[in-house]
Amino acid sequence: MRLALALLLLAVAGAPARAQEAPRPYTISGDAIVSSLTGQPGDAQRGRAIVASRQVGLCLLCHSGPFPEERFQGTLAPSLSGAGSRWSAGQLRLRIVDAGRLNPDTIMPPYYRTEGLERVAKAFAGKPILSAGQIEDVVAFLVTLKE
Amino acid sequence: MIGWPPFGLAARILCACCVLVAPLAVAQDTARRSGYQDMGRSLQAMQDDDMANPAMLWVQEGAALWTRRAGSADKSCADCHGDVGGMAGVAARYPAFAAGLGRPVDLEQRINLCRTDKQKADALADESRELLALAAYVARQSRGRPIAPPDDARLQPFIAAGDALYRRRQGQLNLSCAQCHDDNAGRKLGGATIPQAHPTGYPIYRLEWQGLGSLKRRLRNCLVGMRAEAYGYDAPEYVALELFLLSRARGMTLESPAVRP
Ligand code: HEC
Ligand code: HEC
Ligand code: HEC
Repeated sequence: MRLALALLLLAVAGAPARAQEAPRPYTISGDAIVSSLTGQPGDAQRGRAIVASRQVGLCLLCHSGPFPEERFQGTLAPSLSGAGSRWSAGQLRLRIVDAGRLNPDTIMPPYYRTEGLERVAKAFAGKPILSAGQIEDVVAFLVTLKE
Repeated sequence: MIGWPPFGLAARILCACCVLVAPLAVAQDTARRSGYQDMGRSLQAMQDDDMANPAMLWVQEGAALWTRRAGSADKSCADCHGDVGGMAGVAARYPAFAAGLGRPVDLEQRINLCRTDKQKADALADESRELLALAAYVARQSRGRPIAPPDDARLQPFIAAGDALYRRRQGQLNLSCAQCHDDNAGRKLGGATIPQAHPTGYPIYRLEWQGLGSLKRRLRNCLVGMRAEAYGYDAPEYVALELFLLSRARGMTLESPAVRP
């Protein structure tokens, strides 16, 4: 019994944790996902760190924003400054989850979609770019960006 | 951690000290721009000056290898090809169709064909110092020449395949090459200016690599950045992409071996 459990755990760890990281279902209403993906509010402080990180959020590769400490910001997308005045939390959530729903030609990556992607590198296969919790943190941060 | 940070890191360090003013050695093209034109002056000067261009170390090594006998045929490149001057213009028209194989090969693969078929030696490993040195030495002979892909009907299906690959979204970030290099060229991806992806200078000395690398290695870097599965080094996809990029850069000046951030 113990052994079986240990083997099972090994198998789960070995199979890049697919099941536990697969996106949870969500409901789109109009141009928004109204409810939190986790059922909990996110943490704006953590969200700021995710947005600014070149490894985690990747946002500043394309966007600029109110990050005076970040010298190198992208010019491929609008500034994130004022995003919280322009959009509701639900609109921001859908934008991050799957921006292609709003604009099929967008270059903004689908942060919470694993379907319909081609030739994803093995290390990332089956995983969304950000977890549900991270997305809630990012949304909590973006709504604070009022102009 | 895999991501885009490899882009432009070196440029960030370098632009702090770009004070050198050097004349543009590469001809200007109004619509198409070589990555050279997007670099700071100090990097341009490094590329233009053979004494400062680190890639010239590989060129020197290539010169030594050119006359070194190898394999059971005990022949050197020079034994068959004579003076390397005869290689002028060759790099400007590769990848080219290899009739014996029924498919196109790039310059590195062509050199390896001579290693195995003519010298009867083992193929040199992809990205090995020797293979890059020979490629740099051969490519150096075409410096300043216009990129001139062969008008060869047999290449057409491969160019078309490369074109399709270039426009295909791939990887976890769901991006295509074209979305960056056509639609957003000249804009900033974090700290890096997105170039138009013209293969004007290969093999290149890339500051990020602290070494010489092939066009394939550069393409692999972009695939990794897109979080796409990189093709194996011998995959036909690279040659198809290379062919497409070369046909897109027809007429642009070859700068090999170039320097890039
Ligand atoms: C590869 C480039 C890219 C990345 C990475 C990216 N975006 Fe975007 N984003 C865009 C583009 C381009 C738009 C403009 C609308 C469109 O084309 O869909 C946009 C639009 C937006 C908007 C709406 C802007 C407005 O006010 O009109 C928000 C908010 C946003 N992105 C947030 C983010 C966040 C947060 C991240 C990181 C988690 C991120 N983006 C990562 C390219 C990107
Ligand atoms: C035994 C003679 C022989 C040796 C040794 C040899 N080659 Fe070749 N090489 C040829 C021949 C013949 C061709 C023409 C294509 C063919 O017949 O396969 C060729 C073609 C080439 C080409 C393509 C030229 C073009 O115009 O498309 C390059 C580049 C090349 N060789 C590089 C090298 C290098 C570098 C070496 C040494 C590592 C080398 N060769 C050694 C005989 C040789
Ligand atoms: C998200 C944007 C992006 C995508 C997608 C992308 N690249 Fe790049 N690529 C870059 C950037 C930025 C550089 C320059 C890096 C630097 O200088 O630090 C670059 C460099 C290059 C270069 C080198 C140009 C030179 O001057 O030597 C080539 C060639 C290239 N990319 C081809 C491709 C191909 C082919 C694909 C698709 C498989 C691709 N790229 C996908 C952003 C991208």
